Amino acid sequence: MEIERHQYDVVVIGAGGAGLRAAIEARQQGKKTAIVCKSLFGKAHTVMAEGGAAAAMGNVNPDDNWQVHFRDTMRGGKFLNNWRMAELHAKEAPDRVWELEAWGALFDRTKDGKISQRNFGGHEYPRLAHVGDRTGLEMIRTLQQRVVALQQEDYKIHGDHEAYIKVFAECTITRLLKDGDAISGAFGYWRENGSLIVFDAPAVVLATGGIGKSYVVTSNSWEYTGDGHALALLAGAKLINMEFIQFHPTGMVWPPSVRGILVTESVRGDGGVLRNSEGKRFMFDYIPEVFKDKYATTEEEADRWYTDQANNRRPPELLPRDEVARAINAEVKAGRGSPQGGVFLDVSTRLPAEEIRKRLPSMHHQFKELADVDITAEPMQVGPTCHYIMGGVEVDADTGAACVPGLFAAGEVSGGMHGSNRLGGNSLSDLLVFGRRAGAGAAAYVDGLTSRPKVHDAAVREAQAEALAPLERSGENPYEVHHELQRTMNDLVGIIRKAEEITEALEVVEKLKERAKGVGAAGTRIYNPGWHLALDLRNMLLVSECVAKAALMREESRGGHTRDDYPQMSAEWRRKLLVCSSSPDGSNVTVEERPQPSMREDLLTLFDRGELSKYLTEEELAEYDAAVAAKES
Amino acid sequence: MTQTTAESPARRQRAQLRTRTLRTDRWWLAPAITFASLTAFLVYGFWAIFDGSYFVEPYLAPFSAPCLTEACPEGARLFGWAPIGDWFPLPPGFLILGLPAGFRVTCYYYRKAYYRSFWLSPPACAVGEPHKKYTGETRFPLIIQNVHRYFFYFALVIGAILAYDAVLAFRNSEGEWGHMGLGTLILVVNAILIVTYTLSCHSCRHIVAGRLNHFSRHPLRYRMWGFVSKLNAKHAQLAMVSMWFIMFADLYVRLVAKGVITDITFF
Amino acid sequence: MSYKAKFRIWRGEGGEGKLEDFTVEVNEGEVVLDIIHRLQATQAPDLAVRWNCKAGKCGSCSMEINGKPRLGCMTRMSTFAEDETITVTPMRTFPVIKDLVTDVSFNYQKAREIPSFTPPADVKPGEYRMKQIDVERSQEFRKCIECFMCNNVCHVIRDHEENKVNFAGPRFLMRIAELDMHPYDVADRKDIAQDDHGLGYCNITKCCTEVCPEHIKITDNALIPMKERVVDRRYDPLVWLGNKILRRQKS
Repeated sequence: MEIERHQYDVVVIGAGGAGLRAAIEARQQGKKTAIVCKSLFGKAHTVMAEGGAAAAMGNVNPDDNWQVHFRDTMRGGKFLNNWRMAELHAKEAPDRVWELEAWGALFDRTKDGKISQRNFGGHEYPRLAHVGDRTGLEMIRTLQQRVVALQQEDYKIHGDHEAYIKVFAECTITRLLKDGDAISGAFGYWRENGSLIVFDAPAVVLATGGIGKSYVVTSNSWEYTGDGHALALLAGAKLINMEFIQFHPTGMVWPPSVRGILVTESVRGDGGVLRNSEGKRFMFDYIPEVFKDKYATTEEEADRWYTDQANNRRPPELLPRDEVARAINAEVKAGRGSPQGGVFLDVSTRLPAEEIRKRLPSMHHQFKELADVDITAEPMQVGPTCHYIMGGVEVDADTGAACVPGLFAAGEVSGGMHGSNRLGGNSLSDLLVFGRRAGAGAAAYVDGLTSRPKVHDAAVREAQAEALAPLERSGENPYEVHHELQRTMNDLVGIIRKAEEITEALEVVEKLKERAKGVGAAGTRIYNPGWHLALDLRNMLLVSECVAKAALMREESRGGHTRDDYPQMSAEWRRKLLVCSSSPDGSNVTVEERPQPSMREDLLTLFDRGELSKYLTEEELAEYDAAVAAKES
Repeated sequence: MTQTTAESPARRQRAQLRTRTLRTDRWWLAPAITFASLTAFLVYGFWAIFDGSYFVEPYLAPFSAPCLTEACPEGARLFGWAPIGDWFPLPPGFLILGLPAGFRVTCYYYRKAYYRSFWLSPPACAVGEPHKKYTGETRFPLIIQNVHRYFFYFALVIGAILAYDAVLAFRNSEGEWGHMGLGTLILVVNAILIVTYTLSCHSCRHIVAGRLNHFSRHPLRYRMWGFVSKLNAKHAQLAMVSMWFIMFADLYVRLVAKGVITDITFF
Repeated sequence: MSYKAKFRIWRGEGGEGKLEDFTVEVNEGEVVLDIIHRLQATQAPDLAVRWNCKAGKCGSCSMEINGKPRLGCMTRMSTFAEDETITVTPMRTFPVIKDLVTDVSFNYQKAREIPSFTPPADVKPGEYRMKQIDVERSQEFRKCIECFMCNNVCHVIRDHEENKVNFAGPRFLMRIAELDMHPYDVADRKDIAQDDHGLGYCNITKCCTEVCPEHIKITDNALIPMKERVVDRRYDPLVWLGNKILRRQKS
């Protein structure tokens, strides 16, 4: 069978915010770039992002700057973040947002005509550039239109829209190809007709997003099967922080078919409050020690904050997501939940109906259409939903390069930036900042090559056999295996974890791996969802194994990893990162500890000692004291 | 560098569904109602234009306003003028008929209504239209629809005249102020509806401020645009209500003029 | 709460195919897309449907349900009677790839033909100052999730394949309006709207507005205002005369 072949300088896998930003950068640096995505162009999961993009532009509160944003990010991630990434992110986010505006984005405005910024959990100042509650859509559309604009430029010069940047939509990559150690291309298939495709490319940027589809209750779309995580792992790259998964506190809980779909945090940022079945605003009972002085302790103070943020502390509904998710989980477990097993999120008694429709139009629409609930008149029912994985491909902060030469990663598929918990709004800005850096990194890498790595026929044949195998089997329906994996991960490696349960999950995953080898896909190669799922299963299983193994190893609770048997945060564990690797056939998944590098002195001294002492070891605090002393002298 | 892009066979075809539509609701109802009401309006209008009893002190039937020839009774003439003189042989209503008719014919709402219900292009959404070819408003004669805004200017004048006539209807048959009858009320409501319909026009919305790209530099026009936009959202309803009501008002005056009914005097 | 529903779904590859009957379980609170997924999981694993977010935000699962263009994920089963047979077909205006999946490349091609946002050369990123009231109109159009149901339902191309060359469809005429109303866009879009993208084909019968899942007032707020802007340029003799005179004075 003939396989379609293409030559590119950079192949970007994924067409969400990070992928498009990376592709735009690579093309702007003169590289011939392919964008390969599983969905149609412009449908990526980024459209689901609602709240906004965090960038310390200081448009609403001039006191905001990158240092404050950096501190908030580190605090949110419980100091496990890759500090260099957090630094770059905080410094570069404003430029990335402004750039979008020059490409046609229309953000909501302040009175003086600047980009408006809204409050969000964990951010000290109003910081999120937004468009109502459809910021992700605005971003993806703007980037999509920027790609089109570049294609139009190319058309003027070369007479071909696709001379330098081409989108391969509804095309799935199943293997990265290597020449020796280095990346030489990628192998995949067209979803539309099942024909196979090989890219010859020295640089591949992974921007495939997350892994949510390994869970039953998730805000993620079907695409989130951990493809990039698995591709990287199989190509010899490492995954870090895989145990940290963010459960968004407010997902819809009813009706069952939409369970997990996101209710944006802006609902709380704009005045929405959480109540239990007794009508109590329970979040006041769940303010953790480390945040005691930053959050209001009475309803009166919390309510005053919405209008006077300078003189009041913020309401506890705006605590970082992991705290809120755990609190809701605890309320439901204690029997104070709503009828359908969530808690009440009420904005109807807090804002006039007109204001709600204006500020939260898509939430109003979503509840009206999907649940027949009018949020201007009654409270919503919400509960935690699997939302985001902080872990991912271990990359160099400045270039997005993984340890495999020629492999780059950006966005949710990369790890480190968000530490153990991501702040709302930091992901959209993460996509832009590190998407651009990975695109530039890939372009620079290609420039530095003396010879182009080759695609070997044997590897292509192997990938082909692997991809076509499910069509030739008449085994179990892949949906069954998928459902069981989702239930297992949800129940046993979910928001609250225990050693026995994780061990049990690992056993199940092992069995499912065997079953996955036997699943068959009836039908032809033309747009066959059963076949597609059979192939995605490999990725989900591999990633689930990493998550479970890392979760079992980390014996503390921090951010998106809560161990019932180790409820405390440990300063010793903060110094350790868990790194996951596998053999090329995905059989031998191992997790190892690696020390976390110490923060650069000038960044460390941005914090005060009192705060650091809650997170750092004595030894590190001594380093801090020395740094402060050196600065003063 | 060679690049091949596989083109799957037979992918250039739509789903072969022979039915005109798979809609199961009564999609034909709305165009049928529109067809019936527009037809009724046409039939009535045709009759009214030839009907001679369009004036009875102090009421002038709206279909014949303004009355501009010497054939018009003294009281029916606009400001007492008869600028056309006596050469015009047809009923005076013919002279001005074209303006309100043109306004409605080129109105964006009526276009939708008759394209759907008369021309079946399309009869309803996702229901196949019966025509082989379609060029829309790209060429003569339909390209003329683009003159809508001129009819709008004239419609403003007609609206003002109808309002003026309604004010005059506060006089009694001797021409003394202080009268009000059911006819007065009807003419006042009619004038309000016609003027509101006219102001809710899409061209009006464009002229007021829609053509601007910087509302913030024209605060007054922006406020007017906001007002017109609110009316514009109700353009279809206003078009229909004002149409039915002018028919009713016109008929009422004519029936009083013919002596079929007697006007109720309030004071 | 659960019952068995009767479905008729168009199945086939390329253009060839037929309506196939299914009987399938329906539970409370479900939408049409859930039922199609249930069919995949239980009766027809290779039943092709395009979908993504399942929350009405991505615009992937456009299909025709009982003849009406709808998003599968936003059509609740409770809107049908339990004994009703529900017919699901692919979008009619675009070629079928398989089952409910259509080839929507027409739309991407049209998107590429529209000149992109063109800001003045001297404004740097970060220097943009726009008032909320000046961006609101275009913001409404940017709510578009590109489900392409407006282009699908528009009779100009739905009933007349040959018009596809000359007509960009409501989605992209709205895009032109969005850019034309953008406070910083300096490109001229009136002539191309009429000449290259077929604004004149639109006979404002409003089906695009009727099917829009985002409830964008496509006809009233984008297409008609754009038509009026074209009238300013092309068909208004007063404006035309004014421009002629002014241009003469300038040259």
